[in-house]
Order: sequence, then structure tokens, then C-alpha cells
Amino acid sequence: MEARKNFFATSVGIVGVGVVIGVLAALLQKWGNPGNMGICVACFERDVAGSLGLHRAEVVQYLRPEILGFVLGALVAALAFREFKPRSGSAPLARFLLGMCAMIGALVFLGCPWRAVLRLAGGDGNALFGLAGLAAGVGIGTVFFRSGYSLGRTSKQNYGLGLLMPLVIVGLLILGLIYPQIPNEAKSGILFYSLKGPGSQHAPLIISMVVGLVVGVVAQRSRFCTMGALRDLILFRHWHLFSGFVALLAAAWVTNLALGQFHPGFANQPVAHTQSFWNFAGMLVAGLAFALAGGCPGRQLFMSGEGDGDAAVFVLGMIVGAAFAHNFGLASSPAGIGPHGIAAVAVALITCLFIGFSNIKRVGA
Amino acid sequence: MAETVDARGLSCPQPVLMALSKMKEMKTGELEVLVDNEVSKENVSRAASKEGWEIAQMREEADEFHLILRRS
Repeated sequence: MEARKNFFATSVGIVGVGVVIGVLAALLQKWGNPGNMGICVACFERDVAGSLGLHRAEVVQYLRPEILGFVLGALVAALAFREFKPRSGSAPLARFLLGMCAMIGALVFLGCPWRAVLRLAGGDGNALFGLAGLAAGVGIGTVFFRSGYSLGRTSKQNYGLGLLMPLVIVGLLILGLIYPQIPNEAKSGILFYSLKGPGSQHAPLIISMVVGLVVGVVAQRSRFCTMGALRDLILFRHWHLFSGFVALLAAAWVTNLALGQFHPGFANQPVAHTQSFWNFAGMLVAGLAFALAGGCPGRQLFMSGEGDGDAAVFVLGMIVGAAFAHNFGLASSPAGIGPHGIAAVAVALITCLFIGFSNIKRVGA
Repeated sequence: MAETVDARGLSCPQPVLMALSKMKEMKTGELEVLVDNEVSKENVSRAASKEGWEIAQMREEADEFHLILRRS
């Protein structure tokens, strides 16, 4: 049969999706999310890890509904457009470790690629170093791809296996409904809730959930990917995804200006530090890990919703990585990098390079 | 007989890299690219058009996409 046309995958579609995400992210900050953190996939997965008690950093514990919405929105879109295709089996352990490395790098910078753009849109100049690191990391990733890097082919799986990650997300949603936040209580049932810090700052649950679902749907349809934007530009000189990336930046910047949320400068930016080299290096590691795993953290969530078990393994790696980062002093804080942040960046970089070099020329194998 | 690139089970950028490499090698003619997901189908189509190859045919069979690319 003839294939269907997907409006969201057109040039206008991807720009439109970037605008929608940029505006919604800036609005989420207005509605309660932390500064320059309307949407941050890495930070929000870290908060989810905290809410489950996988780490005990009291300022970053909240079951972020946006994360749940991303996966479930993508699931709904994939089911509606017959793109729900259960698949997995492509180097799961490597993907898990890449997820850990990506999260560790992102938490040295204090943000994923989405937040790097949102930080810049809010006037945080430190984000420039993060974005440069991201581009460098993705650039190194493209060298691996040109050299024949591949984690190997996936294989089709049954419907139930494809539903596993969405069901895990539904389980988390149910936990959140059974144990809702109680004012001034740090715990509700088995879930932890921050009383201060970024984890205590959030938009109302229903708004976060609806925005998460909307972003999940449009991002699944458009294949929006911040890593892919840079990768395709560097590798093929293709501007398609990059135009969505720039649209997100522009839309968030304009919305921030309109809402009085644009504060240019380097010092005293929200949830950020000024150690430029480590902002660069953290995101270099994250960018390389995202490139080697084939998607930015948002895209990995959306693919999980499409039934991609390998993307789900990467997401779980990120969540475990967040727990490691906060349990063992790897993550940065506004005061600067963590006590073991430098060692973490080095080990994560070596891990990514090992995975890169050891998986060259596996295509067709 | 048309040349074939089998990129089933692979995700981007690999299907695009494989297709582009084959197009570069062939320069003209007919190339069949097999992929098994919408994203690869869209990306390979976009890359082929950019390289001046015509998408002569695109059909879906059993969850797989067969793209016939042509350049004379």
C-alpha cells in the first residue's frame, strides 16, 4: 500500500513543533517549574529517581508528570498512526551504560540539550559552553558513525514487550495518584517530595501532565530530536531537525521576553554554575552518549512510547545514572561541580569511547 | 536488476548513511532501500531527494517499507 503523508515531518511541521515546545516550556516556568527549566528531560528524570527514593538529594525529588506524559503521549500518537512497533535487542547493556553516562554528563552541566536551549533562551550565558560541548560530543559521535559504528540491528518483539515501558509509566502515574503531595510533608506513602529547591518548584499536576501529553504526541509525530538536529547537520548538512531546534530556542526566548523571564548574564542564573570548562565537558560526554545511542533524552522517551525496548533501557540507564550522580557526589549544584564530578566526566567519557570503538563495523553482522 | 540496501532493524543515521553511500557509488540507476520504520523511510526519502534521486515508488509490506529510488 502507499505510504501516508505525515504533516509533522515536513519543514513547516518540525518548526511548528519547535515553537509549540518552546512556548509551552517557557509557560511551564511561569506556572511553577524551576527557572529556565520549563522542560528538562535529564533533570526531570533525576527528580523522578528522587521521588522514588533512588537518591536522597532532598532538593530534587518530585514525580514529574511531564516525563510520564511524554511517554504516554508518544504511545497514543504511535497507536493512532499505526507506528507502535515493538522492537528491541540491539546491545541493551551498552545502551544502559550510555544512558548512565549521558545523565552523569548532563548533571555536571545541569541540564539536558532541551534545558541547554531553554537556559540560553532565558539569558543564561553559561549555556553557550554547554551547547558547544553538546555539538562537540555529537560531532565525535558522527565520526564514529562515518567509521561504521553501529550497535547492531533490532528485532521485532511481541505487542506485550512493546507495552512494558508505557506500563511502567502508568504504574508510576498510579503511584503518584495514590500518594499525592501533602503540603509541607517530605513524604507521601512511598514517594518523596522536595520541600525546597528545584524539586519543590512545579506547575500544577494536571497542567504538567497535559503539556507532557501534548509534547509527547507532537514530538512523536515530528521525530523531534535535539541530538539528531546537530547530528544531521554535521553528518549530512541536513537542516530539517535543526530548524525545529532553532524554533524552540526562538519561541522560548520570545515567550520569556513577553513574560519578563529573560535575564541575560552568567552569574546567579537559576540552577546553574559558572565553571565553563565543566559545563562544556559535561555536555560533551552527554552529547556523545546521546549520539551513540541514537537520540536525545526526549527522543528516547518518545521512542519508548513507540515500543522501542532499547530506548526504554537507555531511559532506565539515565534514571539509574541520576541516582549514582546524586548518591556519589557526581552531580553539580549552583555552587559548582560535585566532589567527584571530574572523575565522573573522565570515566563516562572513557566508557562512551570504549563503546564507540568496540562497535565499529558491526553493520550487517 | 536494481541494487538493494537492506537497512531493516537499523535506526538513523545508519539507513541514510548506507543509502547515501550506495547512491554515491552508483551515481545513476535504480536503488531499492528496505527499512522497517517510518522515521527511516522519511529520512531516506528526504536525503535521496536532496541528492537528486527520484522516489519512484514507496510501498509498505508487512510492516516494512520498500523505497525505489531512481536517477538517470
